[in-house]
Amino acid sequence: MAINSVGREVPEEINGRKWKPYQGPFETVPDQQVKTCRRQARLIPGESKMRSDLKAAILASGLKDGMTISFHHHFREGDRIIGQVLTAIRELGIKGLKFAPSAVVNIKEPSIVNFVKDGTINRIEASGIRGQLGDAVIRGLPLAEPVILRPHGGRPRAIEAGELEIDVAFIGASASDCYGNANGTGGKNACGSLGYAKIDARSARQVVVITDTLVDFPCVPASICQDQVDHVVVVEEIGDSSKIGKGAARQTKSPRDLRIAELTAEVIAHSGFFADGFSFQTGAGAIAIACTNYIKERMKEQNIRASFVLGGVPAAVSSLLEEGLVDCIQAVQSFDAVAAMAMAHQPRMVECDNSTYSNPHNKGCFVNQVNIGVLGALEVDTDFNVNILTGSSGEMMGGLGGGPDVAAGADVSIVTLPLFRGRTPSVVDRVFTLCTPGETVAVVVTDAGIALNPKHRNYPVLKENLEKTSLKLVSIEELRDMALGITGVPKPMECTDQIVAVVEYRDGTLIDVIRQIRE
Amino acid sequence: MTDRNTLRRTGLYVSASSPVNMAQAPFYNEDMLIYDLEDSVPKSEKDAARLLIYHTVKYHRPKDKEVVIRVNGIDTIYFDQDMECAVRAMPDTIRLPKVESAAEVEQVSALMDRLEKQAGIPAGSINLICNIESFQGILNAQEIAAASPRNVALALSAEDFTASMKMERTKAGLEIFYARNVLVLACRAAGIQALDVVFSDINDLDGLREDSRMTKNMGFDGKTVIHPRQIDIVNSFFTPSEKEIRHALRVLAAIEEGRRQGKGAVSLDGNMIDEPIVLRAQNTVARAKAAGIKVGGER
Repeated sequence: MAINSVGREVPEEINGRKWKPYQGPFETVPDQQVKTCRRQARLIPGESKMRSDLKAAILASGLKDGMTISFHHHFREGDRIIGQVLTAIRELGIKGLKFAPSAVVNIKEPSIVNFVKDGTINRIEASGIRGQLGDAVIRGLPLAEPVILRPHGGRPRAIEAGELEIDVAFIGASASDCYGNANGTGGKNACGSLGYAKIDARSARQVVVITDTLVDFPCVPASICQDQVDHVVVVEEIGDSSKIGKGAARQTKSPRDLRIAELTAEVIAHSGFFADGFSFQTGAGAIAIACTNYIKERMKEQNIRASFVLGGVPAAVSSLLEEGLVDCIQAVQSFDAVAAMAMAHQPRMVECDNSTYSNPHNKGCFVNQVNIGVLGALEVDTDFNVNILTGSSGEMMGGLGGGPDVAAGADVSIVTLPLFRGRTPSVVDRVFTLCTPGETVAVVVTDAGIALNPKHRNYPVLKENLEKTSLKLVSIEELRDMALGITGVPKPMECTDQIVAVVEYRDGTLIDVIRQIRE
Repeated sequence: MTDRNTLRRTGLYVSASSPVNMAQAPFYNEDMLIYDLEDSVPKSEKDAARLLIYHTVKYHRPKDKEVVIRVNGIDTIYFDQDMECAVRAMPDTIRLPKVESAAEVEQVSALMDRLEKQAGIPAGSINLICNIESFQGILNAQEIAAASPRNVALALSAEDFTASMKMERTKAGLEIFYARNVLVLACRAAGIQALDVVFSDINDLDGLREDSRMTKNMGFDGKTVIHPRQIDIVNSFFTPSEKEIRHALRVLAAIEEGRRQGKGAVSLDGNMIDEPIVLRAQNTVARAKAAGIKVGGER
């Protein structure tokens, strides 16, 4: 075991797999050739990629015991691809797979846990494993190796570094042609951007496109291109459209969330970075959407236009294009039907792949160019470290997502969270799971006040600009004292020595581990 | 320490049966935080609510807010224990519901004298705000307002008032126009503040704006609110605008200059500045300062 630079004890090796401890956001310098599993192939004119059903496609892909399979999470909780594919794999008797989706959202039917219990899956790598699977893992679901959790930028990095070798990528697409040109904007279950699927398509040994809407060749536009696709399968339903995204994600009415959002917008407006041509990423949480709307009002009032907005896109963000308030949107995913439709009709809504978005070891990712990043969190500590994974009772509450990436890249990274939730304080001495290092967090905004991080690179300019306003600036210790004054100090969660998940920083070093909760 | 001149643009009711709301309420921009023991607390929870309020005000007292406790009415079985708890918690102000006569105010004020003495609290340190909620209260408003030096404001409650008058309550509020006028008159006569009714549709923010605009023009000093969403809107109407502050400062500067030059009559932009204009300008500057606005080159 080693102690990393944020004071967490992390393993240097598990089952022969080696890691370096985290040493700082930009300390790792890569120097190797980009790796890929993608194979050359030969398609004879007239040869078909269409497979009769999922089992035929799985067999044609050559999937064997112990291999690695991947999925994207663009269908969110409406996903029906993962369940259908895993069921087909189980029926074929293939075992011991590494399950490596871009993220696991809370899919209940069928439960992924059952595929672990019956041995279909025995290893997991993802950005997050929220829901039943995560809760089972943290309570000791037997896997061959601890789960590897990576932020969004860490996944394409790991793929290109050869740390995550995908044997078969199963890519759900709402529309595809018979040759594998596919997108997320056509068909009856449109999900919008396929940003997380692109890296899998270009890196996997075999690529299977699964759709419920087969369109005439060629499918235009094509987010996934035929030159990367081996097999195409048509199924009845790729997802539940009501859960993929119906209408526009609504603005919260919670006064607490609105207050945090408004304060965040005030911080942004007075940060010194809010000017014509600025850029930002807010996301799709309740506070984020409200914050986007407040920023939009400010932009109109002050006649400010943004150069680009980045990341996951809800209707609140896509409407900026329609109102001429932004030059372009770099969309890695679309969070609701309005944003998904905008992907189809707005030429300046650009589908941004996950590596271009956030990979720290390519030749320049988008997060490095963003001025303002607004991030959600479960907990933050007095060193400004952020927990976005584990809840107060040992539940897996979220995924790493792009939070660590945006925090590292943005000029001003703003963590937003209420001072306490129910009886649980959100500002604490030490976060339970360290996901985003405090040195990359510039500001913490709570309903009770705003704390600036004196160790952040833009602290002097933020301090100078924000002290001129009437915003209530307090120290992070004051926020902690206020929170604990209301909730009391919670009893720490008890864990065994068993490491059930490792938390990689975006550069592949280990920033923390999650141990099994003692019941 | 608050008094008759303290800024009271908004008073937010928070039920003492909701600990989470009580803990979060201080984070908003209300001037007065009113912990409620009356209507929002079920009968079976009155005792627990008292304890919660006592501990909150005593040990987690919100900073930079006027802390108010609304007790149950004088004629209820809860009143004595409510008052004992409220006085010992030492809020800035106690809000008394359903006041109908000056005698009631005198009686409560005397009770507070006694409780303050028993608790070792400086005599007369806790203020009173009287809620006027019936036709009887409106008829006696002038005497009620002047009944105790503890009084810092009267607050109108429209729902009970309109019920007592057999009126239909409407959003436009024409039915309470007279009561509003009476209340402001009584408060001006007694030198205390006038607080307007709750706007009960929390989803109609445009309606709230309309209502607040009228209220402000009628002379009210602030308004009671029931949801945090309403606070900033109401505050904005009772906070002087930059234009109003600029004009007020020019008026006061002109008067000052006139005095220095020994002039009897002073004019600004061709208009005579008389006493009411000066009074209004002073009031505007005072309210701006109370709202935390830096006025006239202050740093």
